[in-house]
Amino acid sequence: MLLYLVRRVLYAIPIALAVGLVCFMLVQIAPGDPINAIVPADAPQEVVEQVRRDYGLDKPLPIQFGLWISRVVQGDLGRSLATGRPVTADLVSAIGNTLMLALVAAGIGFVMGSILGTIAAVFRGSLLDKAAVGFAAAGVSIPHYWLGMVLVVLFSVTLNWLPAMGAGPGGSGSWAWDWEHVKFLILPAVTLSVIPMGIITRTVRGVVMELLNQDFVTTLRGKGLRRGGIALHVVKNAAPSVLAVMGLQLGYLMGGSILVETVFSWPGTGFLLNSAIFQRDLPVLQGTILVLAIFFVVLNLAVDLIQTALDPRIRRA
Amino acid sequence: MKARKDVLPPLPDIGGPAQPLLTVRGLTKHFPLKSGFLGRASGVVQAVDDLNFEVRKGETLGIVGESGCGKSTTSRLVMALMAPTAGEVLFDGQVVGGRELPLKEYRRQVQMVFQDSYASLNPRLTIEESIGFAPEVHGLARKDARARARDLLAAVGLNPDQFARRYPHELSGGQRQRINIARALALRPRLVILDEPVSALDKSVEAQVLNLLQDLKAQFGLTYIFISHDLNVVQYMSDRVLVMYLGRVAEVGPVGAIYAAAAHPYTAALLASRPSMDPDLRRTEPPLTGDPPNPINPPSGCRFHTRCAFAEPVCSITVPPLHPAPAGQSASCLMVVPESGHSRAPELAA
Amino acid sequence: MTEPLVHVRNLNVRFVSRDATVHAVNGVSFDLAERESLCILGESGSGKSVTLRALMALNPPRRTQLSGTVRVGGHDIIAASERKMADIRGSTVSMIFQEPMTALDPVFTIGRQIAETVMRHEGLSRGAADARALELLELVQIPSAKRRLAAYPHELSGGLRQRAMIAIALSCRPRLLLADEPTTALDATVQIQILLLLRRLQEEMGMGVIFVTHDLGVAGEIADRVAVMYAGKFIEEGPVRGLMRSPLHPYAQGLLGATVHSGLRGERLTTIPGAPPNLERVPQGCAFAPRCAHVEEACLPRVPEFRSPTPGHAARCVRVPQAA
Repeated sequence: MLLYLVRRVLYAIPIALAVGLVCFMLVQIAPGDPINAIVPADAPQEVVEQVRRDYGLDKPLPIQFGLWISRVVQGDLGRSLATGRPVTADLVSAIGNTLMLALVAAGIGFVMGSILGTIAAVFRGSLLDKAAVGFAAAGVSIPHYWLGMVLVVLFSVTLNWLPAMGAGPGGSGSWAWDWEHVKFLILPAVTLSVIPMGIITRTVRGVVMELLNQDFVTTLRGKGLRRGGIALHVVKNAAPSVLAVMGLQLGYLMGGSILVETVFSWPGTGFLLNSAIFQRDLPVLQGTILVLAIFFVVLNLAVDLIQTALDPRIRRA
Repeated sequence: MKARKDVLPPLPDIGGPAQPLLTVRGLTKHFPLKSGFLGRASGVVQAVDDLNFEVRKGETLGIVGESGCGKSTTSRLVMALMAPTAGEVLFDGQVVGGRELPLKEYRRQVQMVFQDSYASLNPRLTIEESIGFAPEVHGLARKDARARARDLLAAVGLNPDQFARRYPHELSGGQRQRINIARALALRPRLVILDEPVSALDKSVEAQVLNLLQDLKAQFGLTYIFISHDLNVVQYMSDRVLVMYLGRVAEVGPVGAIYAAAAHPYTAALLASRPSMDPDLRRTEPPLTGDPPNPINPPSGCRFHTRCAFAEPVCSITVPPLHPAPAGQSASCLMVVPESGHSRAPELAA
Repeated sequence: MTEPLVHVRNLNVRFVSRDATVHAVNGVSFDLAERESLCILGESGSGKSVTLRALMALNPPRRTQLSGTVRVGGHDIIAASERKMADIRGSTVSMIFQEPMTALDPVFTIGRQIAETVMRHEGLSRGAADARALELLELVQIPSAKRRLAAYPHELSGGLRQRAMIAIALSCRPRLLLADEPTTALDATVQIQILLLLRRLQEEMGMGVIFVTHDLGVAGEIADRVAVMYAGKFIEEGPVRGLMRSPLHPYAQGLLGATVHSGLRGERLTTIPGAPPNLERVPQGCAFAPRCAHVEEACLPRVPEFRSPTPGHAARCVRVPQAA
């Protein structure tokens, strides 16, 4: 098992490097000279050259990449072109906010999805099943920025129960887990949870339905196990495939929905990406994408390892 | 109709009746197992190891054995569906895949019927399309291919007007197996490999299909390789029998000799494992204990020595060669090889 | 008079779906005494497995309609609630299946699957249940039993898996063991081992056993009595010797004649023409009549009653003489 773990982690390193290369190339591929974004258009040539040297942009690409990677590994993602602040600092706070939102949304989506999916599978063909399937289809198909706006109109504007935007009365810097702050989280989290809820409902329904048709479930009934006992077996059998889908969904949520975070002015990665794109703030863009991509790689690795630990049929060599 | 040149004429006999139709020499198939860091080979499945046998013209050779004995691998090797690790297959004296007998030409001469009658038929083709497919690929005009399909339907006992336009899911298991047999005969092959053709069928249907196979063999002058785990069915169908154990030949010879006087202890145990049909002659002790070992890294020497009641130390060292036994068959057991070192080995004949 | 271990009268099982109703079992009646072994012989679709599962209400719950009387060990199975059935299953009556690979949970160890049954019915602690699991693996002659407790089903050979399945079924010493083609998926040399093991365990533990099989040889090895099923009905029932040597019903005769055994070489096999009836309608009269060589007018208006020429041996055929 330990050997397997080490091997999987080693395999992840080249993937992470490749991801880094793509992010680095992003700046090179983008049209226009990045230098133009830093210095004013009418700056004299000497200033341009000076800045070019300062940023290391005059060196050959492989060297630039090596320098960049070595800085990245030390946690230095450069400075924002727009604000001049270190990218890492902005990113850490944005990721914290997105992580909070994503985890809450995933919690709602996964729990609700698992419950709905299981109910649908157990009562296959019934009205409950049809309702759950319909709900899941709606969740996956309704554009969530639109849903977000509807929720805002309903709960903020009309009912005035919940705030419409922001991450707390004092901004994200002074977050606390009390009602004053949590109420800011509710609308964006619910909006964001709808897609994973739909997908998990469908997945769980499919997996559980298939499992309930397996011969071993008949054996379990034949042994006299009651519903609870059978459920334990079904859960352990369903876990590997459902977790794989959950991991993927959590990855998408971590990307932070640009649209949802913009609708709710939630200061997360999506919001950060959005402003970086509009301001052509390449270091911010590069850093954000890199960190998110690495997160995806790590998440996939984690799902793989959990699956292997849960399913004895996967060889652990 | 008669004037049209037949693009798929019946196949000629080349070597005469004395020439075996199929000769298998030193046929070996090993599957490497990959695992460990960076996928090093950590073991080898010796699916088939140094197999030698002949199939004579017009006979039925039965192949029996338990799971892992290599009977399915053997059939796939003979069909040239996979490349052997070593050894060669000769068809009517010609090397299969060689210059004289290219694979495409060989595949016309050898056809196969599988156990799973449903999985072996394309669900989207009608019965006559399925049967006529191979002749069409081999150059027969569509109209003629369909006509041949209908003739074959009649030959396997299904009314062409009733069945030609149906789809596989509309048929019963026995009917589908008849279709598979018809399809195998569509290219007028000389050798038909029947891989567990009746194992999935009910007993009353099994009897119908076995009768049909006997009729077709006489009608079309066929040679059969009949693979089955059912010893009674093999006895009924075969002229000679090949008993396999863990990828090797345990015993081969005329059906009468093997069933009456098995020379290999494994054959004897296999025969004694058949449930008796007589409630007064119930078995009291199982002839063998345990399951057949895994073909990954099989036992040394005689592969049966781990389960054999007569095993002696020499059996785990010496690989027994195939040697003639008294009743007329050959067995690979040190007990029939003179001076083999086994205490029951015969004296060397003077 | 004490009640037999199994008492079935006029059992009917129907599978209802939107498209069709399948009359899988149509009026089956039989008794099984303690320690007796009955073999239900039939081809696919004859209703033999459905009958077996009905004895522990194990057919798919929402599509199945049961009627008639089924009593097992004094319990009324048809009237029992699902909760009551859960108490009966695995303790009074248990079942082993054809394919041990799919009948065992792939992600639980063998030991755990045995122990949970014991814990469920006998309220044993985890430790005591594990100890019992070890005893059971030894009882079914699994070598290196201790190591095998921690094995997963895919790590065992087919024969060992079926032994583990038997260990689960026997874990709470049931009075009735049901076996649905338990040796069909196994190799020949393993099949006989399992049959002999089951026979020995039945004698040692004093269970009643009902086997379902399509294999006459299995019936010959293990049964005291044999019942032949066709189109959802018992068409013949009798002691194993009488039934295998001189079957009465034309279908039973055909089935025995069609079974390949040694000594038939060179002879043409007898076959039964045609196919079994579609059970979406209950056949009127004798269901075998359309395939029967001896059909006469008396076969058609209604299902023939059992007629018994010798004590204990009876068949539903108008041609069978009724002993006075």
